[in-house]
This record gives sequence, C-alpha cells and structure tokens, in this order.
Amino acid sequence: MNETKPGLPADSTGSATHSRVKPRPDAGLIGRPIDRVDGPLKVTGRATYAYEHTLDGIAYGYILGAAIAKGRIAEIDTAEAEKAPGVFLVMTHRNAPAQPDFGAAVTPTVPEVFTRARPALNSDRVRYYDEPIALVVAQTFEAARAAAGLIRVRYDEEPGRYDFRTRIADAYAPKRTNAGLQTDSLIGSLESASAAAPVKIDATYRTPFEHHNPMEPHATLASWSGNELTIHTSAQTLANFRAGVASTLGIAPERVRIVSPFVGGGFGCKLIAHADTILAALAAQALQRPVKIAFTRQQMFANAGHRAEMIQQVRLGADNDGRLAGISHDVWSATSSFEEYCEQTAAFTRSLYAAPNRTTRHRLVPLDVNRGEWMRSPGEAPGMLAFECAMDELAERVGLDPIELRIRNEPAQDPERGVPFSTRNLVACMEEGARRFGWQRRDPTPGRTLEGRKLIGRGMAAAIRPNYIGAATARVAIDRNGQVTARLDMTDIGTGTYTILTQIAAENLGLPIASVKVELGDSRFPRTAGSGGSWGAASAGSALYNACDALKQRILEAARSSEASPLRGAMATETGFADGEVRVGQRSASLADLIRRIAPDGFEAEGSVAAGATTASYKAYSQHSYGAHFAEVEVDCDTSEIRMRRMLAVMAAGRILNAKTARSQILGGMAWGIGAALMEETVLDPRYGHFVNHDLAEYHVPVNGDIAEMEVVFLEEQDDKANPLGAKGLGELGVCGAGAAVANAVYNATGVRVREFPITLDKVLPALPLIAI
Amino acid sequence: MQSFTYQRAESAEQAAAAVATRPNARFISGGTNLLDLMKLEIERPAHLVDISRLPLDRIEETDEGGLRIGAQVRNSDLAADPQVRSRYPMLAQALLAGASGQIRNKASTAGNLLQRTRCPYFYDRNMPCNKREQGSGCAALQGFNRMHAVLGASQACIAVHPSDMAVAMSGLDARIETISPERKTRTIPIGDLHRLPDTMPDMETVLDHGEMIAAVTLPPPPPGRQIYRKVRDRASYAFALVSVAAIVEKSGGRIRSARIAMGGVAPKPWRATAAEQRLTGATASDAAFTDAAEAALAGAVGHGGNDFKIPLAKRTVRHTLAAAVERA
Ligand SMILES: Cc1cc2nc3c(=O)[nH]c(=O)nc-3n(C[C@H](O)[C@H](O)[C@H](O)COP(=O)(O)OP(=O)(O)OC[C@H]3O[C@@H](n4cnc5c(N)ncnc54)[C@H](O)[C@@H]3O)c2cc1C
Ligand code: SF4
Repeated sequence: MNETKPGLPADSTGSATHSRVKPRPDAGLIGRPIDRVDGPLKVTGRATYAYEHTLDGIAYGYILGAAIAKGRIAEIDTAEAEKAPGVFLVMTHRNAPAQPDFGAAVTPTVPEVFTRARPALNSDRVRYYDEPIALVVAQTFEAARAAAGLIRVRYDEEPGRYDFRTRIADAYAPKRTNAGLQTDSLIGSLESASAAAPVKIDATYRTPFEHHNPMEPHATLASWSGNELTIHTSAQTLANFRAGVASTLGIAPERVRIVSPFVGGGFGCKLIAHADTILAALAAQALQRPVKIAFTRQQMFANAGHRAEMIQQVRLGADNDGRLAGISHDVWSATSSFEEYCEQTAAFTRSLYAAPNRTTRHRLVPLDVNRGEWMRSPGEAPGMLAFECAMDELAERVGLDPIELRIRNEPAQDPERGVPFSTRNLVACMEEGARRFGWQRRDPTPGRTLEGRKLIGRGMAAAIRPNYIGAATARVAIDRNGQVTARLDMTDIGTGTYTILTQIAAENLGLPIASVKVELGDSRFPRTAGSGGSWGAASAGSALYNACDALKQRILEAARSSEASPLRGAMATETGFADGEVRVGQRSASLADLIRRIAPDGFEAEGSVAAGATTASYKAYSQHSYGAHFAEVEVDCDTSEIRMRRMLAVMAAGRILNAKTARSQILGGMAWGIGAALMEETVLDPRYGHFVNHDLAEYHVPVNGDIAEMEVVFLEEQDDKANPLGAKGLGELGVCGAGAAVANAVYNATGVRVREFPITLDKVLPALPLIAI
Repeated sequence: MQSFTYQRAESAEQAAAAVATRPNARFISGGTNLLDLMKLEIERPAHLVDISRLPLDRIEETDEGGLRIGAQVRNSDLAADPQVRSRYPMLAQALLAGASGQIRNKASTAGNLLQRTRCPYFYDRNMPCNKREQGSGCAALQGFNRMHAVLGASQACIAVHPSDMAVAMSGLDARIETISPERKTRTIPIGDLHRLPDTMPDMETVLDHGEMIAAVTLPPPPPGRQIYRKVRDRASYAFALVSVAAIVEKSGGRIRSARIAMGGVAPKPWRATAAEQRLTGATASDAAFTDAAEAALAGAVGHGGNDFKIPLAKRTVRHTLAAAVERA
C-alpha cells in the first residue's frame, strides 16, 4: 500500500531521501538504508503471528456480540449451543469467573488507562452494540462459530444516545485529555484580540468516526501451566497488556507472560488488552487447555477501539499582513459513556504558531458506544486536518502564500510554555518542499487549472508532532564468539524496530549487522514503553544504546585487568570499538578473541532511559518533530472524483536511524492522510447505535491506485536535547498535516471548501459547475 | 456458518437435479459472494453443489458472429480474452473495474450475474431487512443509504445490484442460457433475468430453484464506440456509485444509434431505453447528451443519503456519451 506506482523505479523517490541524510563523520551503521533484518522471515511466511502459534490440544473460541447497543440481557438460552458437535464450553455472564467491576468513567491517568481491569462477560448489561455476550469454545473454529449461531437471546432494550451532532448540549469538560495533558489552555484574551483583528476566520470542521484496521486482527492464544499464564497475542506494548490482564484476572503481573514477536499493524488499537485476550485466558483456565480467539473483521469495529467523531471550531484573528493576534481551537468529541477517551486534538495548537492571545478547549459528548482508542497520531491527525485547513483559508483571505503566512507566524520559542525549542526546522521544511515541489507554479486562485477534463490543485500543510520518550530498559549480551544478543520487551509492529535496534547495537559495538541479534516481544525481557506515540525507536533505541555503552565499559575493565587479556595494563583513556576490534590508545585486539580469552561465558549489561516528561531537558525545551506536506490532486470536472497525483513530505525529525524504514514510515502516514482526507469514515446509525460499514469492502482505506507518486525527504538534523541518539519520534509525523495538504489541494483545484471529512465526491459535486463539452 | 454437506457436480444436468431436489441447496462457483454470506449466516444452505469444475469455461464464437461465454469462465479470463477486448471492449473495461485481481481470478460469469446486493443492513443479521427476512422492514430506507437505488426500487427495498459486468452485458443485449433438471433449457434476455423488488425483494431473479446458468451469449457487437465508465469513491476496489455503459454510433454529425446501461442506480442493470430513443437521429451535441441524461434519470427518486446519485448519474451519462462520440 505504501509502494510507489508500478513502473516508477523503486529508488526514484528514495534517492532524494538518501542525498539529504549525509553520513556523519563517525559514519557507522545508524542511518543507513539497510533492508529489514526480519524481511526474509516475513516474505517466506516464517514470521509467526498471534493466531498462527500452535500448542497441543488447542480449543477455538468464537465470540457472540450483542444485537442491541444498550439494555440488559433478559434471557440467554445456550442449551442448543452446548449440545452442538465439538463444543466444550459456552461462557456467558452467568458462568464467567468473577472479575473486578469496570471502574469509573473518567479519563484515567496515564498509568491507570493501561492497567485498569476491563472485564468481559461480567454482567447482564449491554453497553454498546456487538459487546461480547457469550463465548463458545469448541474443537474447531467452525464448530464454535456454528454453535454461537444457536444461542437465543432476549433483551430488555433501553433507549441509547447515539447521535453526536444532536447531543452537543450534553458536552462537558473532562479532567484531562489523553496523555495526561490539560483540557483547556488560555493565554491573553481572545475576545479583545478578535474584536480588534481586521481579518477573522471562524470555521467549523467535522471529522467522522474512524477505525484503525490493522491488517492483522486482534488475536490471542492463552495457555496456563499451573498458576502461570502465557499469552501469545498481537500487542504494541507488552507491559500494558500484562498489567491489564493481571488486574482483570485478579492475579499478580509476574504470573502473566505476554509474547508478541510479530505484529501485523497496530495503529494504536493494540496498546491495551481486549476481549479476545481476557476471554481466551478465562476459557483456557476453565478448560485447562490452550484456547485461541480472534476477532472477526466485523467485530474489530465495535470491540477494538476507534477514533471518535469530532466537531472542531477554529477561530483566527490576524492583521492585514497575516500576523496572528489570536488563535482559538475548540473541540467537541464523542466519547463512551462508561470510559472517557479525550483525544488531545487541540494540544498541538499550543506549540505551532505564534499569537499573543490563544485558547484551546476539549469537550466530550457521551454516547452509548465503546471507548475510543489512540489512533494513528492521536490529536494531530484530526486536529491538524482542521487547523491547517483554517490556515489555508486565512492565507487566501489575506492574499498571502500559505507558506509565507506560516513563516510570518513562526514563533521564536514555544508560544505557550515559554521555553526554547530543542530543534525546529519547520520553515526549512516548507522552503525545501516548495523548491522541490515546484510550489511557485501553483495558481493561488482556485478552480482555474484545467487539464483535459481534470481540475488540478495543489495544497500544503505543516506537520508537528511532540517527541515522547517512554521509560525503557534493554539488556545486551556478548558471547565467546563475539555474537551479540539484545533483548527488550519492545515490539516491531511493522515499523522496522528489529532493524534499527540491530543497527544501533552494531554501530555502538563496532560490529557488523550479522553479529547482532535482536529479540523482542516477550514480557520476560526488560521493560520498555513498547510501540506507540512514535516513541518506540527513540526510547528503546536509547536504552539499547546505553546498554551497549555499559557493555563496552565492562569489556574495557576486564580487558585492562584480566590476566588473559592482550590489552592487560593498557591505561590510555582514549578507547574505541570499531571493525570488530577494541582499541585502547595505540593497542588493539579482536573483540571476539578478547572475549574468548577473558570471559568464556561472555558479558551482559543493561541500559535505560527515563521517561521524557521527567527529565530536565524535557522541561527546559519544547521538543517536537516537524515537517511540511505538499499534495497535488486532480478532480474530475464531470463526476468530481478526487484522485491523487503526487505528494511530497519534507521532514525534520532528529537523527534518522534508517533512511529506508523511516521513509516507509512516512509513506504509510501519508497514505493514512489521504484516507482521512478523502475516504475514511465509519457511519454510526443513530437509530441502532451500530457501525454500519463494518468491513473492508465498505470502510475504505486507500489502495494502491489511490496513492500516486510520493516523495519523502529528510532534512539533516540531530537533536542532542532529545536523547543520546539525537533521534526523535517519526512514525506518526507522516500523518500529521498530510490530510490537510490534500484537502487544501482539493480546494485549490475546485474552489469548493469542504469542512466535513472525508471529502467524498458528493460533497464537492453540487458546487462544481458544468463545463461545456 | 452452519454445517452443510458438499458435492462436486459431475455434469450440468446432475448439478441442476441435485439442487432442484433439495429445497435448501445452492450452487457454488467461485464462492466469493456465497461464502461471505454463509459465514455471516445470511445464507444458510444445507447442501452445496460445486459447479466450479464443470467444463463450462470456454469462450466460443457463435454462428451469428457473437460470443458464447461459459458460466464458469473466470472474470479475469473473460476480461483478457482477445475477442472480448477487441470487439466488446466495454465488457473488458467493466470486468477490470470490478473487485480486485484476486477476486476476479475466482469469480465466475454466472456468479457475477447472481451476486447479491452489498446493502450493509442486508449483511447484518440484527437489522431489519425485507430481502433477508420478508416483512421485517427495510433499515436502509430511513438509514444510511448512500449506496442505494434511485430507480426501480420500492418501499420494501432500495438495494442496488452491484455488478459491473452485468451492466456492460445489459448494454450488449446479452442472453442467459440456463439448464434445468431433465435437460430443460431456456434463454432469458439479460433485461428479464433480474426482478424488481416490488413487495418481494427476496425474489431477485426469474430463475427457478435448481435452474442453472450454463452460458451467456453476446450477439455480434452493435456498431459504434463502446465505453464503460465507473464512478467510485476510491481509484480501485470499490463498488460503483454510478456506472454507465454506452455505445454510440455516429454518422456525419448525427447519432445513428445509441445504447445506455447504468449500474449503481437500480436493483438490476438498468437500460435507459427512453434516452436511447431520444438520441437516435439527434445531432451529436452537448444539448442532446444532456437531454438523454435527463431522460435516463426521469422518475429517479433519492432517499436522502443517495440524492447525489441523480445529478451524478446525469453528469456521467452526459460525459460518457460525449466521450464515446469523441472517440467514434
Ligand atoms: C470485496 C469485494 C469487492 C467486490 N467488488 C466488486 C465490484 O466492484 N464490481 C463487481 O461487479 N463485483 C464486485 N464484487 C463481487 C464479485 O464480482 C462477485 O463476488 C463474484 O462475481 C461472484 O462470483 P462467484 O463465482 O464467486 O459466485 P459465488 O459466490 O460462487 O455465487 C454467487 C451466487 O450465484 C449462484 N451461482 C453461481 N453460479 C451459478 C450458476 N451457474 N447458475 C446458477 N446460480 C449460480 C450461487 O448459488 C450464489 O448464489 C466484489 C466482491 C467482493 C468480495
Ligand atoms: S434496501 Fe433491501 S437489502 Fe437493504 S435493508 Fe432494505 S430491504 Fe434489506
């Protein structure tokens, strides 16, 4: 999906990438565009995903979901299902093991959100459509599914709240947003600023319910050995899974082992354990045999999180030169009635542009739906879609080029925190992008560029994404043959983590890639923050980097003191590990040989990083990654079908760890930007409270044909405030602003400003004049 | 999915008999539609008769100079056939605009004609749907009906027939050959194959239980330029919002004959005969195409979410006719 169009040479876009990432003087492996080390396993089908793990005596579960969205189960008749061939167990709220109650509905604090108990089949209440109401476990998947069809249920249905747009009056302010950020911010006085501003924009945008839709659905194989539970699953963050499972089952986390070596995409919906995991664990315990459960694609929509529908009002006040006097970003979002999730949609607005008067607000409207979850750049993805369109509207109003408008509002320091930026190359990204994209050829007057019967338009938007660092530890060992093994409970969700960690360890230890093996995805390994929020590479990478430093220290100490060491007594302070050798001053020795002589059992060391938010550097500096997106679209003047022609992203995100996997990350993000702008929407039927288009035929994500030509450029950057590697969060940056660039291009093509996403053709068509034939 | 028995048919006659004698039996061909429906228990056959290996996979020229397409010819093979590509290009275009490469490799000609609607309420057993359960109501009528019909629908059902291939075949005046037990055969013009929902949306075709499609015949292609234009929400792998199959024959500045079939707008492939008549003899001009487009959509009714299909279909008819003339 992230590939360039067939026919285009594979490196026609990649070459640009490489030319910008100049090798550092101490050039090693970090940054090189090396192929994925796990690639051969994946393309030959030997990478084992959750549902593919096998054990002796596995039983298969199938979940039956509720047919109503709110009410009680008055009667559930499982007699026929229990008698069906091959059935071992039918579990409902009547016979499920006791679990803690679901806690309060508030937005929990950051640790609680991951560790709280989320029981399944715990009561006769139905809280959302398709909530699990029964689990059938049988000899085969097919037998379980067939038996589930025999369960008869009678409900006492209750009226529910499903229509977000008619319920805005129910909105309230939550205690905090996701990521523990403050709900509102206010600096200066927007009212007086707006009143005085000669140019005002007041635009309201709507973004729909959306679903993550990773290729691999949620799946779990649970097995017990005495009191020890092992869970093979598809998880982004093992520690969260472990804590959530333990508190739901009421057992100590140490008794739970989570294994997730390969993950077929997550996009934020695999940060916490879901019903597949909980029910597999409960059923495996009840049956004393391993139990495997996966969600069906349809079940993913109700049971595996979503991004909630939102309304965003953006108000900008500026002088005639486009200098902002006031910025306000108000967000109303749907949320679940039983567990808040407040996406930090306006949080980035606090850092992006200068303006003396500024406010951001988040409000929630409770509905009888499942809770929202962190989806593909939570906050920035929907927030920038709206806000960066509003900036485009302002640029047109004041008659400025959109890039010039942004340059005029470039802040000297973080406009709300009042601290300096660690690095901020937004202007450089926009200028480099403009040059490469041929931006000056764009006609700023919309609707005027016609090629054949296609209207052509170009748009751009800025990208910003905060740099998070999660606490992480890594363990690294070297054996007598000089082979290095790094272990951490980090995950590779398709992003390239195995590869970049291999590069980091190999470079730091001065060894070739082939000498390093990285093992991930097992909760027995040292704890990391997992994959999410684009913090994975920098957090786990820094921990591993530090672990390698510690290992080198141990090796050097032993090399200097050990009887058997060829470097014994070498006291020079200048040391180095390169080309498989250890050097102390003028003396050097082969690393493998050295280890064999001085430590036949090898060495092991650990290294860690602390959570970013707790560090002095994080408090002293505003840390973000930046970028600029450019898009060119064509709109059919007869049907108003919108198709991509090309896209360019110029990114400044600290040190690039692998130019190839980094580029792939950005390409994927850009594809999601196209999705958000043009096609992704889950329709919640306000009569029944269910997601209507709950499969991949009806829920549209971009396919190859929607992608067109894409180019990614990284500006050289090193953020020494961020971490020892100088790297920053990258993955989600590709989404941030990408959709707005597409939307702005559609406006430039047609002169039709659609503020309800996605921009499907029916929203453009009524305003598109007929062109003579 | 409920358990079922399975049989591999040895001959067309045997297949027809095997289904006819069991009220709850179905033919299965590529299975790309039927299996999905079975997994969701929308269809619950007790017995499947697999006809996919029957030797009905040939494309042959007919005596009258047309083509006879076996029921088992795969969509991808049909689209790649040199005769189809050169003489019936709009059929090849329609096939290639449908589904995905993988599905087209599996999908059969007959299965494509008989695929069922993609109405999302039909696909969800918890929702009222007259097509699935006669008398339960139509959830789409007041619900999410962006994909639904503006022509030929009823208060009981507003679902569309989703096929692209069938639209092109409708424009080509295809005939459906069937076989029933005891070797009874008949030929049905494609326009008569599908029924309009009226009060019985579950009755989708005129085929009897156990009547099997053996082939589709195409008469020699009519003179004129053929175009299939599919309008959809993404560049590939999406069902038609609206599609238009047009054949226009021009002589001098005038249109000698025209054929227009539409997809995505009705419960069956929709021939716009009134529009065709208006074009016959008219000067090839924007005014004539616009007039034909109006005639093609005369009597169209939107249901809220699909109101846009009416202007969209008109614009698509207009520009597809123009494109056919331009290339003619
Ligand atoms: C995700 C997705 C996207 C799709 N997109 C498109 C699209 O854009 N355009 C499009 O046109 N189609 C599309 N399709 C539909 C696809 O074309 C059909 O599923 C396919 O053509 C059905 O053929 P089959 O052989 O697999 O039929 P089956 O599933 O085997 O059968 C379908 C029905 O026909 C009956 N049947 C089959 N053969 C005979 C026969 N010889 N005689 C009597 N009855 C018979 C079966 O009993 C069954 O009821 C899509 C399908 C999917 C899953
Ligand atoms: S439109 Fe037809 S298929 Fe859809 S819900 Fe109504 S009756 Fe069922």
